[in-house]
Amino acid sequence: MCGIVGLHLRTPDLYPRLGELLTGMLCEMQDRGSDSAGVAVYGDPRWSPPGHATVSILDTPLGAAELAVAIGAVLGEPVEVIDADPTFVVNAPVGVEALRSAVASAVPEALVIGFGEDLAVLKGVGHPRDLADRFGLEHAQGWQGVGHTRMATESAVTPAGCHPYATGPDQCMVHNGSFHNYATIRRDLVARGMHFDSENDTEVGARFVAQCLQDGMDIETSLKELCRTFDGFYTLLVSNKDSFAVVRDAIACKPAVIAETGDWVAMASEYRALVGLPGIETARIFEPEPEQVYAWTR
Amino acid sequence: MDALTPLELDLSTSTLREVNATLHAPDLDADTVVVRHPAGKHSVAVGLTKPISVTIDGHVGYYAAGMNQAADVVINGNAGVGVAENMMSGSVWVKGSASQSAGATAHGGLLVIEGDAAARCGISMKGVDIVVGGSIGHMSAFMAQAGTLVVRGDAGDALGDSIYEARLYVRGTVASLGADCVAKEMGPEHHEQLAALLKAAGHDDDTHEYTRYGSSRTLYHFHVDNASAY
Repeated sequence: MCGIVGLHLRTPDLYPRLGELLTGMLCEMQDRGSDSAGVAVYGDPRWSPPGHATVSILDTPLGAAELAVAIGAVLGEPVEVIDADPTFVVNAPVGVEALRSAVASAVPEALVIGFGEDLAVLKGVGHPRDLADRFGLEHAQGWQGVGHTRMATESAVTPAGCHPYATGPDQCMVHNGSFHNYATIRRDLVARGMHFDSENDTEVGARFVAQCLQDGMDIETSLKELCRTFDGFYTLLVSNKDSFAVVRDAIACKPAVIAETGDWVAMASEYRALVGLPGIETARIFEPEPEQVYAWTR
Repeated sequence: MDALTPLELDLSTSTLREVNATLHAPDLDADTVVVRHPAGKHSVAVGLTKPISVTIDGHVGYYAAGMNQAADVVINGNAGVGVAENMMSGSVWVKGSASQSAGATAHGGLLVIEGDAAARCGISMKGVDIVVGGSIGHMSAFMAQAGTLVVRGDAGDALGDSIYEARLYVRGTVASLGADCVAKEMGPEHHEQLAALLKAAGHDDDTHEYTRYGSSRTLYHFHVDNASAY
């Protein structure tokens, strides 16, 4: 199974409520998967302050204060590290690449789970409700968020196996389903010099899409390319700094419901995850068609 | 017989199990029940066995009114996966649209969907009558054995793949037909059957606008020359 949710806000009036709404959506999907959970939040003023780069990390033996000292020493700039247990969110008033490489050299053993100007990724092994509390998700703000509750099938229950997969700047993918030919595709990508953090099938999809975007394709073309290349079952939600896109495989057995109002666009594995959204009573509700890319931009 | 007092159940204050247990109770003292605030919950009003009227006031999750026997269930909203799956008799009426596998394996009764139905509508149907007001998704009526599927809109890819003796009537276009499914002549008995089903679902269409589809019966028994068609 696995559950996926996403919320793209159109009205700034709702930005302060992003975390509260996303928490409700994520926790409603916890019985579709409670091996691990994760979220990606765009535009939270604490996790990703304007003018700062943000890098999210997992699996480090250091605490927040030690991380700030270690990364700050490499960077030569003040670094803030927020403990969103088990994730750490690192931000600094520098470029994204500068912060990324400072993190890599200060804590080489840490797993980088997201990076960008506006994106904070929080994920970990554990029950979705428990993790949402530990992240402090309810208090998050911003214009866009996605979430995932995992029932592991293709790879082990490890921090690296949790979703979302954020493999490009301000990008992120969550997946319900399983890719079948991912090992073959991964072999090709590794041969082209790409590095993988996990044995997970979704990571291959996320890195494939990140590569397409880096090659200059737009999100719609990238996802059509994914449909053409990947075999398997999938409902995917792919978010970027300025976009939010949904696609399902040709068989479309993995569920997906989209709801849309003038104030927001939301997507979830099941309708029940959407019932707490303001104005859901009058939202336009539909299921995405197979192999059709649905994309919204800011 | 005087109508009994309508009973109101509320899924925002009662658990799903309490609501379903009330509907199943041998001494249920109501012939009309309204279930409020379903909020997309799964398995609402499944396994009913009495000739009662149940209105579910809102959107439901998976398997709503599944295994229905004798009851008339109205869903005032959309239905998730597998609405009225394995229905035996009675009726299920969805005012909105239905997700995939609507009426799957159902043996009898009437399933009306006013909006669209997604993929696999009527998959392995075994005698149910289904009337869809809008369009249906791909692989609908896959291995359909008996019963009737009426579609007032269009049908997706691979309609009626590996179909047995179910009858399919489609008013709009069919994206593609599945293996062994073919268009067939409409005889007087077909117009009559279609008109009756449309009427039961509250429609008055000209039955001449519909095309009937069914099995060409070439794949019933395995023949090695047909191996590539399976």
